[in-house]
Amino acid sequence: MNLRRRDLLKSAGVVVAFSWSAPAVFAQQAARPALPGSLGANRMLDGWIRINPAGTITVFTGKCELGQGIVTALAQIAAEELDVAYERVEMVSADTARTPNEGMTAGSLSVENSGTALRLACAEARQILLERAAAKLGVGAASLTVADGTVTGSGKKVTYWELAHDANLNREATAKAQPKPPAQHTIVGRSIPRRDIPAKMTGGAAFVQDLRLPGMLHGRVVRPPRHGARLESFDESKVKAMPGVVAVVRDGSFLGVVAQREEQAINARLVAVATAQWSGGSELPDPAKVYEQLMSLRSEDRVIAEKEAPVPAGAKVIEATYHRPYLAHASIAPSCAMAELKDGKLSVWTHSQGVFPLRATLARALGLPPGDIRCIHAEGAGCYGHNGADDVAFDAAVLARAVDGRPVRLQWMRDDEFKWEPYGPAMTMKVKGAVAGGRVVDWAFDVWSQSHNYRPGDADGVNLLGSWYLADAKRPGPARHAAQPNGAGDRNAITLYDFPRQRTTHHLIMDNPVRTSALRSLGAYANVFAIESFMDELAAAAGIDPVAFRLAHIKDERERAVVEAVAKAAAWQSGEKGDGRRGRGIGYARYKTVATYAAVIAEVEVNRTAGTVKVPRIWTSADAGQIINPDGLTNQIEGGVIQSASWTLHEQVRFDRNGILSQDWSNYPILTMPDVPSVETVLIDRPNERALGAGEAVQGPTAAAIANAFAAATGRRIRELPLTPERVKAALA
Amino acid sequence: MAISLKVNGATHSVEAEPDTPLLYVLRNDLELNGAKYGCAMTQCGACTVLVNGAATRSCVTPVGAIEGNEVTTLEGLGTLDKPHPLQKAFIDEQAAQCGYCASGMIMTAADLLNRNPQPQEADVRAALADNLCRCGTHNRIVRAVLRAAKGAS
Repeated sequence: MNLRRRDLLKSAGVVVAFSWSAPAVFAQQAARPALPGSLGANRMLDGWIRINPAGTITVFTGKCELGQGIVTALAQIAAEELDVAYERVEMVSADTARTPNEGMTAGSLSVENSGTALRLACAEARQILLERAAAKLGVGAASLTVADGTVTGSGKKVTYWELAHDANLNREATAKAQPKPPAQHTIVGRSIPRRDIPAKMTGGAAFVQDLRLPGMLHGRVVRPPRHGARLESFDESKVKAMPGVVAVVRDGSFLGVVAQREEQAINARLVAVATAQWSGGSELPDPAKVYEQLMSLRSEDRVIAEKEAPVPAGAKVIEATYHRPYLAHASIAPSCAMAELKDGKLSVWTHSQGVFPLRATLARALGLPPGDIRCIHAEGAGCYGHNGADDVAFDAAVLARAVDGRPVRLQWMRDDEFKWEPYGPAMTMKVKGAVAGGRVVDWAFDVWSQSHNYRPGDADGVNLLGSWYLADAKRPGPARHAAQPNGAGDRNAITLYDFPRQRTTHHLIMDNPVRTSALRSLGAYANVFAIESFMDELAAAAGIDPVAFRLAHIKDERERAVVEAVAKAAAWQSGEKGDGRRGRGIGYARYKTVATYAAVIAEVEVNRTAGTVKVPRIWTSADAGQIINPDGLTNQIEGGVIQSASWTLHEQVRFDRNGILSQDWSNYPILTMPDVPSVETVLIDRPNERALGAGEAVQGPTAAAIANAFAAATGRRIRELPLTPERVKAALA
Repeated sequence: MAISLKVNGATHSVEAEPDTPLLYVLRNDLELNGAKYGCAMTQCGACTVLVNGAATRSCVTPVGAIEGNEVTTLEGLGTLDKPHPLQKAFIDEQAAQCGYCASGMIMTAADLLNRNPQPQEADVRAALADNLCRCGTHNRIVRAVLRAAKGAS
């Protein structure tokens, strides 16, 4: 395919793409000073912090708990800067009526954006409180000290709680108060236990699934056999006659039921499914040729990095093509929401990653003013990106319209989630490289992918599944490029290695033959898998140990440090060889080029007869800058390693031309307890560096480490994920 | 029809059809949060409770079939103030990311520890083989079960 667009900015010989569409919010605020993190768009101090006379602090964040521990980490940051005991901090998160608008909780940006805002806002609030205390005590502010909210100076004392009415936080942040130097931290940097865990272990109401409102009804939805199919008919009277049914909702091809009891809604749904007649709908790609078909679709192509240098004569040239399949988020809980429409006002309890974007999109889908909708975050199970959370919120809202002020709780069934969630896109990566004198002298990387971002909040479409089936059908937004360094399908596509010559091209597939959106780490998982697999192929071509080969191409000290740390932890032996069955491999990346540095070494055991691959052990190292909560970081890193091992060894969405075949865990198997590797994690703390997002850092390196370990063990390489027995046997044949 | 159930030591009478899965009666009639809906196909284990001490998938167990039996949910093991050794160990090990699978893991582990109070790591992994965790918290869960077993000895 030809390059049609090259929105490029040339500088110092390196070509980078640039973003031409700054968010409107910045345009409006151009005249005001820029503020760091999420303070820029949420400038009032009392939008973040309230000092309560009862001796507590309420902290508001637009980010939400997804099982990643963010609410605990943010509370630590707030308590640290305010100089109060951690236990005094109450957190309110992601509620369109109460909290700052921080967009999506995604991209491993919460510590960077919300954490930065809270650090600065709390430092400033502390300064304001000290000024008030100085006035009250008649002492210079500089001579005051604070311990757990009690301010002391010249033998006199006053507390934050006494100053609560006096200290006016109803003002714009200036971000000029200096946060504490890290050497003085006593709360940040500690493994404080997660605040949400005790309730989850004892049956407390912890999830949106656990909400019960007075008069609550239960809803279920009926989906077509294929995307885009039309509902021709169904036996409405038979569904209505089912026990407990309160409403049967049909709007165009959207179909749902509401019943008194949950099992009644489930039974009514079964009757609706059995009697519904559908027509049309789109065919899916041929699974046997899916990558070729995807690459033949309309694409918008961009060169996102380019460096020119001559290739020496006699360089050894190799090339390879890698693939990853469609992957499901496969949350352990099918998506769930509660909605209530009362007096024209819609309330939605949702585990969406972005309550504000969801509200904006619900408003357009339902024809309501955004001000009449309140979206309140309540935890779901881990989502790992854009799953059915937003879609089920829309579905619940449509059902709530039909039942006159009564709240409707709707949890998707297991097959709803597997068949209708937006998948992480299938991707193809082609790499061509050359080595001479032990160095990479040429590198060309091309990645093809559908969009990884069909989230709610799009300005030109309504990205809510159910809305596409209404009589007044809405349309999804278009595929869009995302600016580097974050990127999307091209996340981590630009190699970090110091190559004199390289060219990276992103082919964004504009069509959407299979519904896709954001899955943890977006394109980074596949791009790093390809880059790091190919690095091993180049190392082999050069006859150099993979760890030494990488280090020879890394200049940055922090990058080198994670590779060296993991090699040390795993006791990597230069030139170590597999034995036909067992072997080890390495993978490395700095997530998004600007976030956490992570390296992984995996050990595999291959059963050559059965074609199975087991990963008994993994070592990993991570540098996430300043560590807010070491145990929380370790939990995220280990979880990421294990989830990526599951993707790499087992996972692919199965389908045929007529529909999705992965409908439950039997046809979408994941890694289970007996096969989970042990994980040894080395954290490199850099208290004086910026805290970096870490939740998605190890996905790519883990995939590469496993693929490289398989190659080291067997001498054969698998370039198409996952490492199924068929592929293993074919590779070994 | 009215069905009499013994749950967490107390007797309840609920109005439900006998073929109603126990899961929905526990969650909606008795307002117990522990057992979770995950798949309704016995594949994931999120709904696991104890029936007469044995780990049972409540998503496919008709409520009519367990009349007269003793049901224990996560809430019946212990409380925030007086947690069961497994609950305490899961908290101490911070054995959760999202925590949606935790109740099923704990109930299945409780069954294991009843049968085998001093399991080896491989025993724990085998016992939890059919309980799915999506966040990758498996190793912490195993450590928590081993810690609970050790603490109880």
